[in-house]
Amino acid sequence: MSVPSVPPEPTTPPDPAASDPAATPADVSAPAEPLISEAAVSAAVDAALAAIAAADTTAALKVVRSEHAGESSPLSKLNALMRNVPGNQKAAAGKLVGQARGAVTKALTAREDEIGTAEAAARLLAETVDVTAAASTWKPGARHPISLLSERAADVFVAMGWEVAEGPELESEWFNFDGLNFDEDHPARAMQDTFFVEPTDAHLVLRTQTSPVQLRALLSRELPVYVVAPGRVFRTDELDATHTPVFHQIEGIAIDKGLTMAHLRGTLDHFVQALFGPEAKVRLRPNYFPFTEPSAELDVWHPTFKDGARWIEWGGCGMVHANVLRSAGIDPEVYSGFAFGVGVERAVMFRNDVKDMHDMVEGDIRFSQQYGMTV
Amino acid sequence: MRVPLSWLGEYVDLEPGTTPEDVHAALVSVGLEEEDIHRFEVSGPIVVGEVLEFVGEEQTNGKTINWCQVRVAPGDELAADGGPAVHGIICGAHNFAVGDKVVVTLPGASLPGPFPIAARKTYGHVSDGMIASARELGLGDEHDGILLLKNLGIDAPVGTDAIALLGLDDSAVEINVTPDRGYAFSIRGVAREYSHATGVPFRDPALALTVVTPVTRFPVTIDDRAPIRDRTGASVFVTRVVRGVDPTRPTPAWMIARLGLVGIRSISLIVDVTNYVMFELGQPLHGYDLDKLAGGIVVRRAVAGEKFTTLDAVSRTLSVEDLLITDESGPIGLAGVMGGANTEISSTTVNVLVEAANFDPVSIARSARRHKLPSEASKRFERGVDPRVAAVAAARVVQLLVDLAGGVADDLGSDYDETTAPAAIVLPTGFVSGLIGLNYTGDEVRDSLVEIGCSLEDIGGVLQVTPPTWRPDLTDKWTLGEEIARIVGYDRIPSVLPVAPPGRGLTRTQTLRRTVAQTLAATGHTEVLTYPFVSEQANNVFGAAVVTAADAGAGVAAVGAASAVPVAQVKVANPLDGESPFLRTSMLPGMLQIAHRNRSRGLVDVAIYEQGLVFRPEAGVTYGTPVLPAGAARPSAEAEAALNAGIVPQPLLVGIVLVGNDVRHQPGLPAVATGWQSALSAVQQVALATGVRISVRQGLHPAMHPGRTAELFVTVPGAATSAARTVSVGFAGELLPAVADDYDLPAVVAVAEINLALLFVQAEGELTVTPIRTMPAATQDLSLVVAAAVPAAALRAAVAEGAGDLLESIELVDDYRGAGMESGQKSLTFALRFRGEERTLTAAEASAARLAGVDLAAQRFGATLRE
Repeated sequence: MSVPSVPPEPTTPPDPAASDPAATPADVSAPAEPLISEAAVSAAVDAALAAIAAADTTAALKVVRSEHAGESSPLSKLNALMRNVPGNQKAAAGKLVGQARGAVTKALTAREDEIGTAEAAARLLAETVDVTAAASTWKPGARHPISLLSERAADVFVAMGWEVAEGPELESEWFNFDGLNFDEDHPARAMQDTFFVEPTDAHLVLRTQTSPVQLRALLSRELPVYVVAPGRVFRTDELDATHTPVFHQIEGIAIDKGLTMAHLRGTLDHFVQALFGPEAKVRLRPNYFPFTEPSAELDVWHPTFKDGARWIEWGGCGMVHANVLRSAGIDPEVYSGFAFGVGVERAVMFRNDVKDMHDMVEGDIRFSQQYGMTV
Repeated sequence: MRVPLSWLGEYVDLEPGTTPEDVHAALVSVGLEEEDIHRFEVSGPIVVGEVLEFVGEEQTNGKTINWCQVRVAPGDELAADGGPAVHGIICGAHNFAVGDKVVVTLPGASLPGPFPIAARKTYGHVSDGMIASARELGLGDEHDGILLLKNLGIDAPVGTDAIALLGLDDSAVEINVTPDRGYAFSIRGVAREYSHATGVPFRDPALALTVVTPVTRFPVTIDDRAPIRDRTGASVFVTRVVRGVDPTRPTPAWMIARLGLVGIRSISLIVDVTNYVMFELGQPLHGYDLDKLAGGIVVRRAVAGEKFTTLDAVSRTLSVEDLLITDESGPIGLAGVMGGANTEISSTTVNVLVEAANFDPVSIARSARRHKLPSEASKRFERGVDPRVAAVAAARVVQLLVDLAGGVADDLGSDYDETTAPAAIVLPTGFVSGLIGLNYTGDEVRDSLVEIGCSLEDIGGVLQVTPPTWRPDLTDKWTLGEEIARIVGYDRIPSVLPVAPPGRGLTRTQTLRRTVAQTLAATGHTEVLTYPFVSEQANNVFGAAVVTAADAGAGVAAVGAASAVPVAQVKVANPLDGESPFLRTSMLPGMLQIAHRNRSRGLVDVAIYEQGLVFRPEAGVTYGTPVLPAGAARPSAEAEAALNAGIVPQPLLVGIVLVGNDVRHQPGLPAVATGWQSALSAVQQVALATGVRISVRQGLHPAMHPGRTAELFVTVPGAATSAARTVSVGFAGELLPAVADDYDLPAVVAVAEINLALLFVQAEGELTVTPIRTMPAATQDLSLVVAAAVPAAALRAAVAEGAGDLLESIELVDDYRGAGMESGQKSLTFALRFRGEERTLTAAEASAARLAGVDLAAQRFGATLRE
């Protein structure tokens, strides 16, 4: 429907002479008739009401008001005759004219409201915009899903009373390896594909895992310790569809008296259900890591994972190795605990069907903007 | 490790119809992770054929091809493809004669590739199938001619299914073997694990052999004068001799097929046998040509600079840590890594010395790494080989060389062994249940341990567990705990949520970090995560500190100050990208690359931010520690302090990069190009997010436009000195156009970088709130004329200070220069709002306060009221 861009032209007011019988009044001097006849009043009212009804703009109504309720209107002229009306007829004539004038005024007010409402509505309609063409002075921003998922994961643990721990990315080999029970000649140490920095005899590396934070937490905090450490880690893998040399992990460690592998499973069950939904399941498979014994591979299952319900390898976990506890000065005969580490990129991939690692590391703003502020 | 199913089935009974997937599933449950499945990709009618006759036909290209009549079914029977018993086949090879048995792939068959076989017209005939070479069948590399079955020692009837005959119907599962399970690098070890997983009985091949002690001693001396980490290089050295081996004997097809499936190419029967036994039992073996050996064997460390040619014909310069096998002529083998060319088994070898040794894992690992020679042997030694299996493996090699190569076992040999039995581990009652959180019965504990090969002894009610010799990883009660949990099954472990003590939630810093990230995203910036690897030049340009322009002098000289000076930075020793071997000292270089990538993809308006650590060593400071404390013990307080002092400072920064438009062109809305003001707006969002007031003043930075750079600083209340009162926290503005050009970005690139670590320190402490005044306000405008060089912020501060307590708010609303103004002057207009604390101000009071502000501005900057 098209909407006129300007208000409609006011229509021409009706010609009072043509429609108003009061303009050609009856012969008021006729003796047989009362000075103010019912017929004359009625005719004036009828003419007024007809003109009011015919007026369809505020301007037209103003003209009508002047002609039918103004000083020179027929009703006013009739009213002016009141002074000549004999005393005994004054009350009746006054009532007659008063009621007539009241009726006309009421009709005018009602019509004024009607026209006012209609004209206001027309004005608003004339202001109609195309809401699909809205301009915005705000540009879209977004968080990165890796950050968002890391925060969500940390929140699950914070809600259980755990705390979030942090550590440096350029780390001493002692925290990354020796203190975590990697023997200097252990095959696992060579397998880590570590970035070393110069001079290499300063023994600084880009941490290959978030596990050094475990050790820092154990050294700096009072027992018991329940902490999670989200963070960025580094390995010398070339970027391809499933690998990136810089990626993110979430590490958790709990050291207390009497902690068992059942507590590890319970924690992981809660974690995956909080993060992926109540139907998520955890499976532990025997595996090997230098810093845990027993060790397990952590698989997670969910019915809505892309490519269907399936088990997906997500990380490693186990009971913290006695030598790691010893590295932190903790007696493994008194305290025990568990640790786990999972990959954030991997979780985003299987949760949101991200098929290529490039999308997560290239910084193309279209990728993060799909997420907006929530993951 | 790849495991052919037929081979596995020799030591455990596989249910008929067991698939590779079934085997994978079983092995995964005991911790051997699945990797892949390997098959010979051959199918269809592939049969033994006999060449009846052939005619050589010369072609126009000069090549001669053979038109052969090949019998592929006996008598008048139909062939496997439904065709006649004799097929006409074109063959380009010439290594055969009439009567030879060959492998014929009939129409309908498929070879690896996949390469489907069909009758096809070629060289003027219809070739009804193909005579295959070994390579075409996936059975090795041989492609010099067709495969003649007599060369494999096979004479099977015509029409026999060649797929089964050659072992091509086998398949192998590939599993990932973790570093603690060296024994699983053998069929023997995997079969044992399969037994653990499924409960089917395991038949140990090592127990099926009789070990004969040599009568005549072959001289072997272990002379390790430089043990690594106090461990002698060789703890077992077994030798055996087989004489009269027939070097022309072929390797049997089944052995070639199995070796092919495990990924080993067939070389010669003697070499194949040593490889075969290595995969079977996990013991690396080496065969020497006995006739090329000079005297006995001495195992020793290399001397510095000593040279040795390994059998890959590479001359290697040795390290004093390399362990050598030598004879009187010098080195004949790099122990556990690779043999020498000088004593190599050849096509003329008839007398063989077999070596089955046990070398120190560390020594072998270091040599393999040093010479970049990872091998099947070094892989096993690094993870530990069962010292008791050496003599068994040597006996197995002898047996196979006698059976397959016509050799005769000699009574010459050696049995050097200085290993000791594994030590017993005390396993306290209830320990494993307490570790796992599952109540294991005594039987479950004992049975699991016995099943993996431990021997048990009950001494006074305490279990003493002696691990088997192939499990060097079982060293304490925790390792035994894992075995029991694994054998009983990880799926039996219950799920119990532990109750942590009450926590304190996120720290202030952690919360602020999130708030900054959320705020920047909510105000139109997109978060990116860049790699921290940059070039030295990028660090020198961006990693420099911002300086206050007023301190650096002014004018054209200031532009010159933008030339970069070297910045202390950290270099990666083994970078992936040689162009970017340094760790970032600024967020911006990586982000500018990201901005460029977006632009190159047609995304013209880019507003990005990143929070992350930068690596900022201080010049002249030595980081790291030359010596690391040992693991498994808490470092001394001094050592711990040294470790922490050696960490390069890594403050948290936020970087912001804006290119293109802040607001794009839209109906009724013109485009708004980004610029220095947008960068400062983003900075103010960060300030709001953290609750710290960030002030600005003109700054200079080598990466930045000399006239459009703000130094960002915070004022520390109560600091003792003026220097301590002002902390520089970063910079914002526009890039130097030349720098923008370096990144292929347009001339105007707005950037900001804030040191959040410094900023967050100022966010500590609680705010004191100013009471809100509710009396009516009096508003007045004020226009002041000053020299153009006077910073608006300074003028504003002067007015505010002069106006005093009644002034509630002062905002800059206009900066006018031009017509009506003297050159070098500007008019700044402020909107002032005055308010009394307890009563309505009179116009006179407000005007008096305003004039007091004007007076101070006049006093400090010569400001005059604009008429």
